[in-house]
Amino acid sequence: ASGAYPQRVKVVEVGPRDGLQNEKNIVPTPVKISLINMLSETGLQVIEATSFVSPKWVPQMADHTEVMQGINKLPGISYPVLTPNLKGFQAAVAAGAKEVSIFGAASEQFTKKNINCSIEESLERFEEVMRAAREASIPVRGYVSCVLGCPYEGKISAAKVAEVSKKMHSMGCYEISLGDTIGVGTPGSMREMLAAVMKEVPVGALAVHCHDTYGQALANILVALQMGVSVVDASVAGLGGCPYAQGASGNVATEDLVYMLNGLGIHTGVDLQKLMDTGTFICNALNRKTNSKVSQASCRL
Amino acid sequence: QESQAAGLPEYIKIVEVGPRDGLQNEKVIVPTDIKIELINQLSKTGLPAIEVTSFVSSKWVPQMADHEEVMRGIEQHPGIRYPVLTPNLQGFHSAIAAGATEVSVFGAASESFSKMNINCSIEESIARFEEVTKSARNMNIPVRGYVSCALGCPYEGRIIPDKVAEVSKRLYSMGCYEISLGDTIGVGTPGSMKKMLEAVMKEIPVSALAVHCHDTYGQALANILTAIQMGVAVVDSSVAGLGGCPYAKGATGNVATEDVIYMLNGLGINTGVNLCAVMEAGNFICTALNKKTNSKVAQASFSTGTM
Repeated sequence: ASGAYPQRVKVVEVGPRDGLQNEKNIVPTPVKISLINMLSETGLQVIEATSFVSPKWVPQMADHTEVMQGINKLPGISYPVLTPNLKGFQAAVAAGAKEVSIFGAASEQFTKKNINCSIEESLERFEEVMRAAREASIPVRGYVSCVLGCPYEGKISAAKVAEVSKKMHSMGCYEISLGDTIGVGTPGSMREMLAAVMKEVPVGALAVHCHDTYGQALANILVALQMGVSVVDASVAGLGGCPYAQGASGNVATEDLVYMLNGLGIHTGVDLQKLMDTGTFICNALNRKTNSKVSQASCRL
Repeated sequence: QESQAAGLPEYIKIVEVGPRDGLQNEKVIVPTDIKIELINQLSKTGLPAIEVTSFVSSKWVPQMADHEEVMRGIEQHPGIRYPVLTPNLQGFHSAIAAGATEVSVFGAASESFSKMNINCSIEESIARFEEVTKSARNMNIPVRGYVSCALGCPYEGRIIPDKVAEVSKRLYSMGCYEISLGDTIGVGTPGSMKKMLEAVMKEIPVSALAVHCHDTYGQALANILTAIQMGVAVVDSSVAGLGGCPYAKGATGNVATEDVIYMLNGLGINTGVNLCAVMEAGNFICTALNKKTNSKVAQASFSTGTM
């Protein structure tokens, strides 16, 4: 039942984007830049820097151009940015982005509420981005939201997740990050969903993006690893609450993930102490307590 | 059945330790009637075993000073077990006199921890427990054995799996029907859990094993999942995640029963426990303690209004 684990896991740090996007306090641009620069020193290979979305919708990401231009881009580290449409893509590339991400969903209602169109229409919109990215040789990562449940539709069929993932992969996304957006998933639903998706997309192109809203994230990630997934998204200090459950937690904390992977003898290349120091930095700046249990425990033991 | 397909147990027994392990590690002293009400509420959730109190000297554990009143005051529902801690023969006799029908003894896989905690070596503590198990056998009282520091010790650091196996075997051989392996400071990970269980399972049948995971480093559910994948079918947990870590100030301790049940439900594993009823009991005790729950499931359910 346990099976073998991957030897190496790529940790995709989403704190500066997904994390900060869901924090109430607006973070000044220099602090965002310092955060990303500190993360660049921890051994993380991928750090999602910002989102080229209209500041009307996401005020926290209004400084996307300054952040993109202001950060130290270390060789060997990728700094993907979100680009919801062609306009955002062009702005991102002009600001120096070398990798972008697009966001799909496995739920029609979620897509309607979030970006005011159907799943099919959203994929057509992304086609424009894919074409431009292909021409510019820019890799594109695809996200699928609501893979284990939707705040509006409730249960989501694994077949639907597989269908959307397959479309995005066929369009040219090199990696599909499967997001448990409201954290309702359990090892049971994770296994079922991955089994369906893995029929359509090779496991080497899959990532999991688990939210810890119900405390299930690490157990869900463990199952994904057992099934061969070797890319895991996480957010330093567990930044980013859940917009659908006020006061509840959101992203899984990178520190807690790395602690678990270290204990499993899985190589990540990440220095846990430097990561914790970075978490301390951003929590001080945000005037909030960390959501990382490893960080909480380590300070006092 | 989902659970069967994944090679997991069909049924898992949840041992609720909130009223003892949980409250013991809470700063605020809880009035006796609140303790009794908590246990009575827990008795209505479907939980098969609820650890009630500890017959230890009130000098050492002031929170458990009212052990007799609690034991006598609770409703004892048929089919539910109400074990109590008994560190020695004296405690055992008091427990029986107060109406206890099951007891627990606490060993450790670390000499330093044993010395610091109960001021004697592992060997001396085993001798003490043997007195308890002998009396218990004569009276047909089942005894559960705990092994602390199974995945790490606050003083010694790393603990060798073989040592855990050795202590577990001693407790099992002297008559403990079940051995609860405790990650006392929550430092364990699925990696160390697997290695430790492999060593212990060479000496003790898996059906006699339980895991008692602390969530101090956020690893508890992943560790529990690893254990149940290896066949362990008894899991200790604490309503609302009551009980901080006495070795890491401000850090969390016990894993929350609500979060464990949520995971097991999602795996299609039967526990017999009503999650909503547990959340209500958790809400009751947190209100009484004037503290926020440590259960993420309770937090989220409360926030989304599904509770």
